[in-house]
Amino acid sequence: MSKLTGLGGRLYSGETSFNFIERRRTWYAVSALFILLSTAALAIQGLHLGIEFKGGSSYTVNKATATVEQARSAVESVGISGELIVQKIGDEKVRVQTGALTSAQSKAVEAALVQEFSITAESIDTQLVGPSWGKEITQKALYGLIAFLLVVMLFLAMIFEPKMAIAAIVAVVHDVFITVGIYALVGFDVTPATVIGFLTILGYSLYDTVVVFDKIRENTKGIVASGKMTYSQAVNLGVNQTIVRSANTSFIALLPVGSILFVGAGLLGAGTLKDLSLALFIGLAVGTYSSIFIAPPILASLREKEPAMVALSKRVASRGGAPVAESAVAGIRPSIGRGPRNQPKRKGRK
Amino acid sequence: MSTPIKTVKSSARPGRSLAILAVIILGLLVTALIQGATSVKLGLDLRGGTSVTLQPRASNASDKVTSEAIDQAVSIIRQRVNSLGVAESEVSAQGSGTNRQIVISVPGDSGRRVVDLVGQTAELRFRQVLATGSGVPAASDTSTAATPVNGVTPELNAKYASLDCTNIANLEGTGTDNPSDTIAACSRDGGTKYILAPAEVLGRQVSKAAAGIATQSGNQWIVTLDFNGEGTSAFGALTSRVTSLGAPLNQVAIVLDGLVVSAPTINEAIPSGSAQISGSFTSTEAQDLANVLKYGALPLAFDRGEVQQVSPTLGSEQLSAGLLAGLLGLGLVLIYSMLYYRGLGIVTVGSLAIAAGLLYLLFLVLGETIGFTLTLAGIAGAIVAIGVTADSFIVYFERIRDEVREGRSLRSAVESGWVKARHTIIVADAVSLISALLLYFFAVGGVRGFAFTLGLTTLVDLLVVFMFTKPLVTVLARLHFFSSGHRLSGFSAKSIGLKNLTEKVEA
Repeated sequence: MSKLTGLGGRLYSGETSFNFIERRRTWYAVSALFILLSTAALAIQGLHLGIEFKGGSSYTVNKATATVEQARSAVESVGISGELIVQKIGDEKVRVQTGALTSAQSKAVEAALVQEFSITAESIDTQLVGPSWGKEITQKALYGLIAFLLVVMLFLAMIFEPKMAIAAIVAVVHDVFITVGIYALVGFDVTPATVIGFLTILGYSLYDTVVVFDKIRENTKGIVASGKMTYSQAVNLGVNQTIVRSANTSFIALLPVGSILFVGAGLLGAGTLKDLSLALFIGLAVGTYSSIFIAPPILASLREKEPAMVALSKRVASRGGAPVAESAVAGIRPSIGRGPRNQPKRKGRK
Repeated sequence: MSTPIKTVKSSARPGRSLAILAVIILGLLVTALIQGATSVKLGLDLRGGTSVTLQPRASNASDKVTSEAIDQAVSIIRQRVNSLGVAESEVSAQGSGTNRQIVISVPGDSGRRVVDLVGQTAELRFRQVLATGSGVPAASDTSTAATPVNGVTPELNAKYASLDCTNIANLEGTGTDNPSDTIAACSRDGGTKYILAPAEVLGRQVSKAAAGIATQSGNQWIVTLDFNGEGTSAFGALTSRVTSLGAPLNQVAIVLDGLVVSAPTINEAIPSGSAQISGSFTSTEAQDLANVLKYGALPLAFDRGEVQQVSPTLGSEQLSAGLLAGLLGLGLVLIYSMLYYRGLGIVTVGSLAIAAGLLYLLFLVLGETIGFTLTLAGIAGAIVAIGVTADSFIVYFERIRDEVREGRSLRSAVESGWVKARHTIIVADAVSLISALLLYFFAVGGVRGFAFTLGLTTLVDLLVVFMFTKPLVTVLARLHFFSSGHRLSGFSAKSIGLKNLTEKVEA
């Protein structure tokens, strides 16, 4: 713990510096690989959609002695065509999932289960979803997504700079795409709770990026006039200065999400909590990565193309050596005689 | 970083902020007590029940789904659901404008019947009254309808005689009456029963209906209605035939969903296509009748989007799982911040406790005022928000440490760090709020519950950071324990990373 805090101080002063920006091509390549994998997974395997999206019915019987075989034969005796999935959930439940059914068919299935397990119809947890319903909510989610990206881009462009807004949005799209790709690859069920998770990742990933960008904005204020470092170097310093916070925040955010996942998957077996927290868990990890390795490098790439920044880089280069490490990754610089923090201080400053 | 060090004026007044926060909390507490709200209202997924989501669509291609039609559908369905007599059932439209879904929630086991009841399209019909009587069954007393009027079979007559309109099951409004049949029906309030002739005018033949005040007859509430071409001739024929007959044959019943809404006496033939119904209406009754006439034949059909039935067992399981996850998450965050931030961890603990208390009070008050119910997705939203709330503190604490590294004293760093952290926190929370708002307006069902609590907790976070965390840190920074950089304060030179500068910071 104290190692981490000590590191925070060294990172802040630039004493220790990870060179995130210089190696941006590496990060881009890593992300490109992930995006390629995601695209392939989506194209080949596709998403494993829950009945909420494709329409269908789900019946959960709460009885410890109920077996999958019993439930299957009971439902098959009703004579419903199409897909039939019967699963044991946790120790005490059996879930039957079918394609979309009419009201009458659904009643027949319930009656069969009631008879087979001698339970009441009220104790069966039922979910019936019409076939067109999935399209409806998918469309809504997409509208929401587009509106969200536009509004946030405008907002960030207003608060920060247009190029920061672009970099932040690229990072967010990157996060959601890779998260969805992982879902396709592993074959996790996608339910409305998963979609809530994806949408929360948007907010969360942006939140993380905003904190990093706020520091960068501060570092790059008046950077051209001072001519001490290039834009990329200022960005790199900002990322290093906020990395302890990012690590802390991500860890703290993962604690409650992890506990939902633990309780949801471990105790309930399946359902809203598990679906939501799984999406969040994966998304948070990807989001933390992108707020350090993707968003700031993209911002640097975008801004470095500006004539003023090109000129600045030349000036800094001709001065021979910037104050912030040009040096190797994680190289430790000597901390001598630089900046006011290394000067003797008066005590009791107000 | 070589930001020049400026002296920040200590304009903070921690006492005032804390006092304002105390007043807010006290206000919420008093409001909750006055409202008598003792527990948070739980959603159906946490206490068991049935919810049905209906997707409106135009019943034929030429019609459009209008916002008014959806409102009317909601009130008709509400009438049907209420007739089930289940307490706390709810019917609402979610979404915006014409792109709305109707969500029906009925708690408890009895919700099953709702599923069969609500999706049917209501249709309004005008039928001549053939016989009428009090709503109680008259099995022993056959005198009311001993001699069946024309066209009434003895079977129907017997059914009419035994019909018990005081039994709530007969007031469900099944809407299954065939327009070409002679039927026995109850009035909507259950007070009267009728034998009704086949329908002669249909709801879709009404072109306009409105409630108004007839000034010439002593300021009475009346309902005016206009028929279209087809309706005008049909209604003209019906009224001219019945007006000269004796009671009750000169009454025309307005029937919705198989229930008689009103059965006015026809005083004269009405060939013009414009009629006026008078009676001792209250303004609400007149308005309701006008609405029934205007929208009785719903221009909407429904696709059953989703039916979800949660047994009370699963409900209580989900509730305890949600609470357990919340406590676990909160506990882990507290432990981590105590380990990492040492003394400052107290601030985190206090702030999270205040935030949780505020949120609980808000849930109580909002449950009474806007009918807020806590769902599983809502609990998840609140748990996720623990992270966001804790992050506000982290941003601030790290800023303070940065300022100390720049060479400020703790008391000064607390103020100058705040000015910078404030900006970050506001922007980051604004992004959170935007996503909560958009989610709320674009989504249906569970997602809305999630978005609502996420938005609410973000606002609570802002309030707590400004009114509690910051003032508390200001007060603590004056204490020797913190300002001296005690080993356990979270501001020791070592933990900040000023190993080689220790002597300059410590007093």
